[in-house]
Amino acid sequence: MLQIDNLRKTFDGSRSERRSRVLAVDDLSLTAEEGQMFTLLGPSGCGKTTTLRCIAGLEHPDRGDITVGDRTLFSDERGIRLAANERGLGMVFQSYAIWPHMNVFKNAALPLEVLPRSRRLSKKEITARVERVLSVVQLDKLMDRPATNLSGGQQQRLALARALVMEPPLLLLDEPLSNLDAKLREEMRFELKRLQRELNITAVYVTHDQVEALAMSNKIAVMREGRIEQVGRPREIYERPSSRFVADFIGTSNFIDGTVESHETGDLYLVDTPHGKIRATSAADLPAGEKVAVSIRPEYVEVEKGAVPASDAVGRWSGVVETRAFLGESVDHVIRVGELEMRARCHPSLSFPPDTEVTITLQEKMCSLIPTDE
Amino acid sequence: MTDTLDKSETPASERTPPVGRLKRMTRGWSWRRVFTAKTLIIALVIAFVGYLAMVPLAYLLYGTFYDGVSITFRFFSEAYSAYGLTEMVLNSFAYAIGSTILSVVIGTTLAYLTVRTNVPFKGLIFTASLVPLIIPGILHTIAWIFLASPRVGLFNKVLEPVFGPGVLNVFSLGGMMFVEGLHLSPLVFLLMYAAFRSMDPSLEESAQMSGARLPTVLRRISLPLAKPALAASVLIMMVRALEGFEVPALLGIPNGTWVFTSRIWRVLNEYPASYGQAGAYALSLLALTTVGVFWQSRLSKRGRAYETVTGKGFRPRPMDLGKWRWPAMALVFGYFVLAVVMPTLILVYASFQPFYAMPSANSLKTFTLHNYAYTLTNSQTLGAAQNSLLLGLGSATGVMFLMAIVSWVVVRTKIPGRWLVDNLTFLPLIIPGLVMGVALLFVYLRFPLPIYGTLWILFIAYFTRYMPYGMRYAASSMYQISGELEESAQTSGASWWQTFRRINLPLLMPGLVAGWIYILMVSVRELSSSILLYSPGNEVLSILIWEQWENGQFTELAALGVLMVLVLVVLVAVANRLGAKVGVRAD
Ligand SMILES: Nc1ncnc2c1ncn2[C@@H]1O[C@H](COP(=O)(O)OP(=O)(O)O)[C@@H](O)[C@H]1O
Ligand SMILES: [Mg+2]
Repeated sequence: MLQIDNLRKTFDGSRSERRSRVLAVDDLSLTAEEGQMFTLLGPSGCGKTTTLRCIAGLEHPDRGDITVGDRTLFSDERGIRLAANERGLGMVFQSYAIWPHMNVFKNAALPLEVLPRSRRLSKKEITARVERVLSVVQLDKLMDRPATNLSGGQQQRLALARALVMEPPLLLLDEPLSNLDAKLREEMRFELKRLQRELNITAVYVTHDQVEALAMSNKIAVMREGRIEQVGRPREIYERPSSRFVADFIGTSNFIDGTVESHETGDLYLVDTPHGKIRATSAADLPAGEKVAVSIRPEYVEVEKGAVPASDAVGRWSGVVETRAFLGESVDHVIRVGELEMRARCHPSLSFPPDTEVTITLQEKMCSLIPTDE
Repeated sequence: MTDTLDKSETPASERTPPVGRLKRMTRGWSWRRVFTAKTLIIALVIAFVGYLAMVPLAYLLYGTFYDGVSITFRFFSEAYSAYGLTEMVLNSFAYAIGSTILSVVIGTTLAYLTVRTNVPFKGLIFTASLVPLIIPGILHTIAWIFLASPRVGLFNKVLEPVFGPGVLNVFSLGGMMFVEGLHLSPLVFLLMYAAFRSMDPSLEESAQMSGARLPTVLRRISLPLAKPALAASVLIMMVRALEGFEVPALLGIPNGTWVFTSRIWRVLNEYPASYGQAGAYALSLLALTTVGVFWQSRLSKRGRAYETVTGKGFRPRPMDLGKWRWPAMALVFGYFVLAVVMPTLILVYASFQPFYAMPSANSLKTFTLHNYAYTLTNSQTLGAAQNSLLLGLGSATGVMFLMAIVSWVVVRTKIPGRWLVDNLTFLPLIIPGLVMGVALLFVYLRFPLPIYGTLWILFIAYFTRYMPYGMRYAASSMYQISGELEESAQTSGASWWQTFRRINLPLLMPGLVAGWIYILMVSVRELSSSILLYSPGNEVLSILIWEQWENGQFTELAALGVLMVLVLVVLVAVANRLGAKVGVRAD
């Protein structure tokens, strides 16, 4: 549906760093399938918005190809460059960009009113379509309200309606929930996902909030400094981060340095660490002797009372509880294993006071291997 | 900033330490506590501001409606039954409307190009935006006479082979509109630049994403959103054009195109001078400008409705003009040449000539430094320079000092009626320079204060007219200082005056210095009040240029003008170095 190849975009540096250019998007390629919610996730300044604006046609890329369906929107090699108003995509801006001098109806109707003469609809059809789309986002009761009198959540839904009224092949969303307060954000998250699924919209969703990305996406591309670090389904990204950056950015993670001892069955490897042996998975082939880090999420670290009876069991280490913190839904423990500090998230029914001797179990399926050459 | 504002709004009593409160209660009320330095100074300041703002208006009304015997409309009927009066009123409006349209179209286009597009050479536009500050109106007008008068105009000579002699005539209503419009355009640029800068670019981008082309985006989004700022610009320019004196005097009088300001000047310079008629015209003009200013301030209050959505700063995201980039650049270039390069060049050229002749191969050979030598040694110019400097320094210093105290009263204290003081300081904003001149004549011809015919009357005129600017600079810095700084000084035992001098003044200093330089600059160029209030021997620089023009000393005048512009350039540079926002800078 959406295909981007080798996209690159630079900006003029600011005054102080004149001559140097800011590399905002660096050789980025991605493919989003029909009906997918494809998310660009990354810290602020990593180039998400720039990528989205390149797709929209609001930014002129230096290089690359952008195709939606069978229509090429941009290609530097073939000299194709459609203007933003010729691309026919829908976009929801971070600030919503609701026109303050129009009422709700007018805001949603403008995309239909500015269609070229040959494709323009009659007044009645326009009214019907606008009413339909406004009722989808539950704003049909507020049609005559001036846009400035809407609440944040209503503005957000109006922006969505305006982007959808043309029934675009692709919807672009730039942090659409970031300007809402926490409670509303959660509500709108489900609302947006429901609409996207029901209307079978293909959408590119930009956010810096990993919880939002995990909850809403069919596919996530984690970005870092203008490049894509990892692409995958939310679960894959969460459970098998391919780099320390991804593991760190998406929630907290424990990292244990070690070397590959041997390849076992499938994608399972045996890893030697200073604290004991451990089994972990890796999508990439790794030779024996390779330096790696094992990453495991705190919630997959199991904790039991008492030391390991028979030492040297793979993936089972003895440790001492250092501190604990009650977080409501869970209890976090910091457990010292030799030099290493491991974070473990337990059910509130399991809570160990400091200095308790414990055994931790690292489930092999949940341990992923990350190259440490960075 | 909101932080400091919030703090200053907590009632002071809540923060006074209990010991202090106790003392105050036990000591009780006494005369000595009411007549402190603080209350005295505040009372004096309020009285002074009230005097400056109200007395001239009161006398203007009194002198126009009272002929020494009874209340009368005689002066009005005399003034308006004079020959050609209908034409004068129509001219005034035509002139104001024409120059407003021109300046608003040019200024808005340039502002839009600068903020929202990738037009090249934006620096030229920013440079041009400083022109009204550094080229006084009278010099600008004279430069355009050199450029486009039917007989000696350089442009006419260039165009002669094609169109025949004298196609361009600045001495006409059209010429007046053009010259005034060009001189006002940077002001519109500054206003619209700010408006477009505060507009969320994604409002336009979302229209583009909706499929709208650039003309549709402009018509349906950008212009409606800029409407409050546009309306304000229109009103401000109308007022400016109505109260402008230089252009109507130099370009209108020679061909008999009279407007309010030139008419006021005329009836005061006829023999016998008719003060009553001048008052009648002045009051009419004042009524017009008052309507304009109030309408504009109402609009700008309503305009804030949009700002709640768009009020923050945005990363400028210039749109690609595509194939229109080069035509747009030609426009910018053309404007820069017309507004800056040609007027400056022709003045510089004239200043090196023994007598004024149109530029030609011959005239370029007759280069002389005589005009500069004359200007720099002549006792009259030196005297005028000294007067201008004295008046500029005096009014800048006086206004900023007074406004520092007034802004403290308005921002910091809870004195009842402080809103009145606030409004009084802004009142002179509605009074055109020439009207202020008439009003002060009325006051000091009758008032037993013998300052008529001295520099003091000019000083009072400048002081009153620049009070609003000073207040704007002082109050905006006062808002940025937390009230707690002052209170902590007081709790350490400092008196009010010590606190003001040691805490407030130093903190306000950057803003005060910026305002000081601004007032210095505008007072050096002041003409329209001075023209009615000066007396021979007390000329200031702008008056001297005026007199030299009347005497036909064109080249001497040019040299003096060039020197004046150089001084103003230095002042602007210093002001910018000090961080004062004079004009806008590219960022
Ligand atoms: N118009 C611009 N001019 C200069 N630099 C820009 C511009 N837009 C974005 N950048 C830079 O490009 C990088 C990526 O920005 P952006 O795409 O907005 O990041 P994100 O949306 O991921 O926070 C940042 O370093 C930013 O400073
Ligand atoms: Mg962004």
